[in-house]
Amino acid sequence: MTTIVNVGADLFADAVAGQAVDVERVDWRPPMPGTEADLATVAADPRRQDANRRALEAVLGVTARLVDVAPASEVLGLQRGEFLHAGPPIDWARASGPLRGGLMAGAALEGLVEDPEDAVALFEAGSSVSLEPCHHRATVGPMAGVVTPSMWMFVLEDPATGRRTHCSLNEGLGKVLRYGAYSPEVLTRLRWMGDVLGPLLQAAVRASEPVDVTGILTQMLQMGDEAHNRNRAGTLMLLRDLAPAMVRSGLEVADVAEGMRFVGANDHFFLNLAMPACKLALDAARGIEGSTMVVAMARNGTDFGIQVAGTGDEWFTGPAQVADGLYLGDYGPDDANPDIGDSAITETAGIGGFAMATAPAIVRLVGGTVPDALATTRRMHEITLGENPRWSVPVLDFQGTPTGIDVTRVCRTGILPQINTGMAGRVAGTGQVGAGLVTPPAEIFPQALARLAELARATSSS
Amino acid sequence: MSSTYVELRPGAYADSVALLQVSRSVQQVDGVLAAQVAMATALNLEVLAEMGFDVPSEATTNDLVVAVRVEDETVLERALAAVAEALAETRRRTTGGDVDLAPHRTTATALREQPGGLVLVSVAGRHALVEAMDALDAGSDVMVFSDNVPLDHELALKRSAAERGLLVMGPDCGTAVVDGVGLGFANVVRPGPVGLVAASGTGCQQLLALLDHAGVGVSSALGVGGRDLSSEVRGLATREAMRRLDRDPAVELIVLVSKPPADDVAADIEEYAATLATPVEYALLGPGRPDLTAAAEAVLRRLGHAVPAWPVTGAAGPADGVIRGLFVGGTLASEARLIAGTDAGHTFVDFGDDEYTAGRAHPMIDPSLRLEHLARAAADPATGVLLLDVVLGHGAEPDPATLLAPALTGLGKPVVIAVVGTTGDPQGLDRQVRALADTGAEVHLSNAGATRRALELVGGPL
Repeated sequence: MTTIVNVGADLFADAVAGQAVDVERVDWRPPMPGTEADLATVAADPRRQDANRRALEAVLGVTARLVDVAPASEVLGLQRGEFLHAGPPIDWARASGPLRGGLMAGAALEGLVEDPEDAVALFEAGSSVSLEPCHHRATVGPMAGVVTPSMWMFVLEDPATGRRTHCSLNEGLGKVLRYGAYSPEVLTRLRWMGDVLGPLLQAAVRASEPVDVTGILTQMLQMGDEAHNRNRAGTLMLLRDLAPAMVRSGLEVADVAEGMRFVGANDHFFLNLAMPACKLALDAARGIEGSTMVVAMARNGTDFGIQVAGTGDEWFTGPAQVADGLYLGDYGPDDANPDIGDSAITETAGIGGFAMATAPAIVRLVGGTVPDALATTRRMHEITLGENPRWSVPVLDFQGTPTGIDVTRVCRTGILPQINTGMAGRVAGTGQVGAGLVTPPAEIFPQALARLAELARATSSS
Repeated sequence: MSSTYVELRPGAYADSVALLQVSRSVQQVDGVLAAQVAMATALNLEVLAEMGFDVPSEATTNDLVVAVRVEDETVLERALAAVAEALAETRRRTTGGDVDLAPHRTTATALREQPGGLVLVSVAGRHALVEAMDALDAGSDVMVFSDNVPLDHELALKRSAAERGLLVMGPDCGTAVVDGVGLGFANVVRPGPVGLVAASGTGCQQLLALLDHAGVGVSSALGVGGRDLSSEVRGLATREAMRRLDRDPAVELIVLVSKPPADDVAADIEEYAATLATPVEYALLGPGRPDLTAAAEAVLRRLGHAVPAWPVTGAAGPADGVIRGLFVGGTLASEARLIAGTDAGHTFVDFGDDEYTAGRAHPMIDPSLRLEHLARAAADPATGVLLLDVVLGHGAEPDPATLLAPALTGLGKPVVIAVVGTTGDPQGLDRQVRALADTGAEVHLSNAGATRRALELVGGPL
């Protein structure tokens, strides 16, 4: 006799246990209110199981390599006046402080205005500028996620298909554009990144073998990084891979040294490679009809949005939440903006908050304990379709990271994806105020489920 | 001065059987006059109102209600502590190693831990499809005890199972014996040459009890649910169950226990049975057909086994009036109704019917509803004989005679009881029979025998 899995009345589990048979008891609870009928429809959709299997396989089959570094105008065809931003679509009127601050810094960087403050009128008028989500252009951006034509981008490629994704270069912590700061030091750093760091990285990447970003992720996850709020090991491994080519680039020695110092001193530098690597993997599952797997979670500072493999490019959105965590200096909860950034793509792919168990060093940064971290990763397995055999967690006996958030499982359990995040100041220009843990607004999952159910019904009746 | 306390706990949940146990343990606290801990379903709200508790109108079915009446305020704290402790007890994970792991929240994730495990689903009917489909997705057979499962859910499950060569037992499957393990309400039987396919739980249990008394073992009893042989479901599970039994070398005779199938379905099943190497005996309970006891006798004869006299303990006296049948077993109630007829005014109530079980536990677990009706039926001057069933086995009330005997004593009306059980059952068949006979009741093993005896006592035609 194999074991019995009991879901429902405990009495029956007791009766089986009384016969000396092993029983696994499911801690079943009612699903999110109003989802019963849609859950049944989607569960009965004959396409679902195979679609989810293919979606998970597609995601796990992708490897990401860093193949180039070049300006957004070249690799994305971004034109003057075009701005990309994090999260689902939004206009200036609804944009939060940090997104506005990032856009203002971007406008100044592009020379559309002299003083970033003058950009407010530019965006209010809207005639010479346009906003578009990074996700719509094969790109992801941390925090405000503002990308302008002159910004240098990492270009990642899946060698099997040639598909590419992109991400800007990481500016470091504190007063930086992505946290909504636009002071002169922010612009000075961005200009240096465009003039020196971008060309240096381009020369190094083009002269080296493509950097195996997926492989570095594998290693960093075993070195205490969860690749969202901690990227220290990954950053140093990137530097290790690129340093020889940087040295031989023929660029000014002082610039090479400053570039290497900047990368090595910025613990988050690798985040901007982890993110597009995750997007590259998840995009492989887009458009798989019948699949209930989440392919993107992204926030613009006002709305939290998700996209699902089986529902095309539709965004399901709800209000972004304020993270719960620790604050820098004198900042407090009143200073924090609601959740912002495309970086939740890491959790969507099974790392970041989902791999919390592998990063005990930062559990305090986000206000948790080591047992919390272990429990979090285990809990995320309850809402995911599978494990990533490439990315494993040593302390959990090398169990793979929980991968492929299943909309139905979120609705059934009420367990929301756990996201590690930085917190931006509510007021444009402030910069970072803290870091912590956040979840999506619960209601976006029933929304996505309702759409999946609608599509399932349409398919079965056609 | 007594004091009443009512609290709503939104989002808290435990199944109705567990809450029954919680309520009972709180009622036992010294100084507690009344206590009810229940989900705020319409039925429970009615019960609470009858008990004199005023539940806030905003209560929804997802809220847990804690209602306590105490002798005085000082008891309240102890009562609430008892609530907390009893609720915690229901959540405690009793399987697993020494690591304190949170239990799985879905069947899918529990099955990762127990691949190949047989799944037993007893959540409320509208939620059953989702959990059962998890089992099929993982390649596991599933028994669905839940009733009130919509027909289209049953069809979706059984079609999906048929494609994958898996077995869905149920919905509304009360009894199964698989590889010697009793699931749901099942009697303890020795292994042997009979394999049962049962569309009825208590019909199956009656056969198990009679065959066991005759010394014939049963290797498997596979439930298929009451609707399986309807013209909608067309025996999808019956076929798979027969196929399984045909492959089992221990099975010499397959016995199909059911209401008579729809005509075209009966033809299909007979055609299918003809393709099997193992002979099939039909025990189809319906007008003009043999009762379950006659079916058991036919099975014994077909196996070349002697037919014993079915045991009777005690003797009830004659009476004027009609038979009041108060049953917990649906098929036992139907059988009695078929034998005695209702033209003479006899009534047969099945407390396990959907109309009585919606929102509460099955009467084999919670006997209180029948006990209430018992006194009322006995007080009715039209009542001649009370006809009851008591079903033993795994899952059933641990000591039904102890609860029933005081209610029977001094009723002033003759009582005939069918006690359906085997000598191996945990309640102790002999002890139960003796305790009931001691109240003056006449106890039969055969429900048909009990019914005919009741008919004889009221002078009806046999």
